[in-house]
Amino acid sequence: MFRLTRRYRFAASHRLHAAALSEAENQRVYGKCNNPHGHGHNYVMDVSARGPVDEASGAAVDVRRLDRLVERAVLAPLGDSNLNTDVQAFRAAVPTSENLAVEICRRLKRNWNRAFPGEWPRLEKIRIAETERNIFEVGADEIE
Amino acid sequence: MFITRRAEFSASHVCRSPRLSEEENRQLFGKAANPSGHGHNYVLEVTLEGSPDAVTGMVFDLKELKEILSREVVEPYDHRFLNREVQPFDQVVPTTENIAREIWRRLESPLNCGGRKLHAVRLYETPDLFVDYFGESPCSA
Repeated sequence: MFRLTRRYRFAASHRLHAAALSEAENQRVYGKCNNPHGHGHNYVMDVSARGPVDEASGAAVDVRRLDRLVERAVLAPLGDSNLNTDVQAFRAAVPTSENLAVEICRRLKRNWNRAFPGEWPRLEKIRIAETERNIFEVGADEIE
Repeated sequence: MFITRRAEFSASHVCRSPRLSEEENRQLFGKAANPSGHGHNYVLEVTLEGSPDAVTGMVFDLKELKEILSREVVEPYDHRFLNREVQPFDQVVPTTENIAREIWRRLESPLNCGGRKLHAVRLYETPDLFVDYFGESPCSA
């Protein structure tokens, strides 16, 4: 069994602010990330899929097909966006990188079977680095 | 406990399967199917699982591990055209997956001894594309 990991990059802005908390609580919880005008990151996203090698092609994952799926489902809609205002999911949820990893994983799961209709490869996990020091990982089986 | 040793080699390859049509090869591999080949700076990470020896405090002698990686992988692969010069890639497409599996086969017997075992082979074709191989068992997280 193989795990193939492909790295992608996109830039986006966000503001961390929870509607259920007061201004003072938001300031305390999110600090500088609560700045009303938002701020941005160069996100680095690793997408991992696993499966056996197809013996005819020698590949476990068709990387070009994965690239097209990720471009369509994630990079085009999220890249160079304001996550809070431009992405439906973050009208309700705070666009922390935890929630961003979950949203990306959902988008890939939703579109996976159209790109990869067979039993394999399967989406395994998403790893998002918000900065080089802050890294978030979610398994595809952890979310619906 | 896991220990990992890194090694590098540079090699050229062509991703083109005789079992696929010209169009299928182009569709699957894109520019990597160019018959004249192209190259990568491959980075290999080999992870062993074991317990530190009660006397030496080591899972595996890293000098010896370096020598094994050099003998089994770097010397035969470095600065070679894999499809033409390194078996079995005259028969098997040298995708990152197949190279990782072949490296596992080469390393399994010299490394699996005395309670230590090969846990994973990670091969980076580029910094943005890598494969983990865990042998024929299902892969873990």
